[in-house]
Amino acid sequence: MLELHQVTKSYGGTVALHPIDWSVPEGRTSVLVGPSGCGKSTLLRLINGLTEPDDGSVRFDGEPLRPQSVAALRRRMGYVIQDGGLFPHLTARGNVTLMARHLGWGRHKIEQRIDNLAGITRFPEDGLDRYPAQLSGGQQQRVSLMRALMLDPTLLLLDEPLGALDPMIRFDLQNDLRDIFRSLGKTVIMVTHDVTEAVYFADRILLMREGRVVQDGTANELIRSPADEFVTRFINAQRRELDEAIGGTDS
Amino acid sequence: MTFRMFILSALWAVVAGPLAADQAPVEITVGSKKFTESVILGELIVRLADDAGASATHLKELGGTSIVFNALLAGDVDIYPEYTGTIIRQTLSSEQIDTIDQARASLADKGVLMSAPMGFNNTYALGMKKPVARKLNIERISDLVDHADLAIGFTSEFMDRADGWPGLKRHYGLLHENVVGMDHDVAYRGLESGSIHVTDLYSTDADIRYYDLAILTDDRRYFPEYHCVLLYRADLIDRAPRVIEALRRLEGRIDDESMVTMNARVKVDQFSETRVAADFLQETFSVDSTVTEQSRWGRIARFTFQHLFLVGISLGAAIVIALPLGIVAQRRPGPGQVILGVVGAIQTVPALALLVLMIPILGVAAPPAIAALFLYSLLPIVRNTHAGLNNISRSLIESAEALGLERAARLRLVELPLAMRTILAGIKTSAVLNVGFATLGALIGAGGYGQPIMTGIRLDRTDLLLEGALPAVVLAFAIQGLFEILERLVVPKGLRLAPTG
Repeated sequence: MLELHQVTKSYGGTVALHPIDWSVPEGRTSVLVGPSGCGKSTLLRLINGLTEPDDGSVRFDGEPLRPQSVAALRRRMGYVIQDGGLFPHLTARGNVTLMARHLGWGRHKIEQRIDNLAGITRFPEDGLDRYPAQLSGGQQQRVSLMRALMLDPTLLLLDEPLGALDPMIRFDLQNDLRDIFRSLGKTVIMVTHDVTEAVYFADRILLMREGRVVQDGTANELIRSPADEFVTRFINAQRRELDEAIGGTDS
Repeated sequence: MTFRMFILSALWAVVAGPLAADQAPVEITVGSKKFTESVILGELIVRLADDAGASATHLKELGGTSIVFNALLAGDVDIYPEYTGTIIRQTLSSEQIDTIDQARASLADKGVLMSAPMGFNNTYALGMKKPVARKLNIERISDLVDHADLAIGFTSEFMDRADGWPGLKRHYGLLHENVVGMDHDVAYRGLESGSIHVTDLYSTDADIRYYDLAILTDDRRYFPEYHCVLLYRADLIDRAPRVIEALRRLEGRIDDESMVTMNARVKVDQFSETRVAADFLQETFSVDSTVTEQSRWGRIARFTFQHLFLVGISLGAAIVIALPLGIVAQRRPGPGQVILGVVGAIQTVPALALLVLMIPILGVAAPPAIAALFLYSLLPIVRNTHAGLNNISRSLIESAEALGLERAARLRLVELPLAMRTILAGIKTSAVLNVGFATLGALIGAGGYGQPIMTGIRLDRTDLLLEGALPAVVLAFAIQGLFEILERLVVPKGLRLAPTG
């Protein structure tokens, strides 16, 4: 599926990512989590070639990512970002089908696919002909997800997909997303800074700090046998916040 | 009826065809400068040339001596009226020429021939009201020596120039103390009211007739001579010998008084130059020529057509070139700085200078005007294309990249549509500026709304000036409106909902 070998990245003398080897488990959901600036977004961008590594190699289905081949490889990777990245000049339908139309898919095939996707993402049919400016934040993210899934990619990349949403909408979409991941059986890599979200989605969690992966394991492993004190602190910090907040309302 | 017509026209073609081919009229382009006397003389040449079997067109009101002389050298103009003083002091000023024969030889080297003088001498002169001059018995400038008490009003230019009042005073030994500088119009009114007695003027001014002035003879030959001659391309002798022969009839036949009369009929009596020229030829040589004058609306239609032609072609070409330039400038910051710098620098070249620089390459009339307008149109379009593409948010660009769109497809499907509003605003700016700039095209014979504006200024006639100025304003508004509509059609609806782009 996806193999990273000794991949490194620095920005003007600051190391964003120390040499990393990672073999992404196929058909599973991996979540990159860590404090801001830990390199988790950089890692995701290296995977779809938005950022080029200083050293090392990224291979997708055995093929190395190179400037010449990257456009074709990206069509097998869906990508969803925090603010959706929807093109304001196209309707929801236009956004979702842009790539398929560019690749010359037939009308019928496109129609079928978009119906299917609207069902999967629980996006209202009549919203398809609206422009992004006319959609709510949650709806925009559903469109962004449809767009990422349009070409039926084997790999789905999500960079803080729920980060900009209201809590209620976030909760709904979170449930839907997990169902989608499970039912489609795709390889998913998601970036978040929220441990609860990581635990909720992840088959495996990669906890990162200062450009290194501190621990790579299941949620249980991270809680029961943390690799070091930072792992416990990071997990507990957010858990304690929640506990304290709840405790605060009790007393 | 149709059949008979057909037979008749077929017969006519058989009979007249060869005849017409033999006598295909020589085409001649006559130039003139943007003052009334020059335009009248240009019309005289046109009418005489037509009478001699040629087909003459008049590129009138060209912006200056260097423009029309260079057009003559380049072959865009075949013949134009010029003054000996101008030839010696301006056109050939770098050659240290003193006499008219030297000038004639130097011009011949350039392939330009000079006719004999037409007769009148349009130089500086001093004028007085006729009754005053008669009463004081003043006919010559030297007569002023005995009347040092007279009040004199000169134009500021004449007061200051070394070859103006200071030189004149020395040359004639004049002792006048009461000398003030004033505007030409004020000076004429001063003569009327008697507050001044003498002023400077040009010896063929229409105002001489209007104010009934006496010209004082330059008896000690102080002022340089500005005899009117015709300058024409040497090849005209072979191409149109009959025309040259016909034009020689003008030599020595237009004296100062005739020229003043003709100038006055145009400037004071508001006859057209065409009419005045035709009347002169009728009276002097019994040459009949038909004068067809366009109606006001006919003229406006013609100027509108010319103006739209200039604006349309130059703007179209600018869009085709500037859009890719803007894209390149945004894609490659290195060359981009050079592109933005160069199109910016072009904008700083004064319009008239740019037009004149174009003449050696593109001649006169529409081509150089279109080229200059094209160059001026580049900056707003290049800059807005650059800015429009630059202002697209990073996350949208990356979304397009992450989808797997290649560079070209990304530009076409995402970036250009997103930048379209800004690009369109740039094109609109160019179009509106272009309508204004195009009025300068008239200075080099390109026609358009600038033509009536120049004529209006020259003849001090607001009605003519408005024939150009009003339609130009209307056109600018129309273009604004057109772009509002265009924006609805071209800018994607989604962007109009969300102006953030």
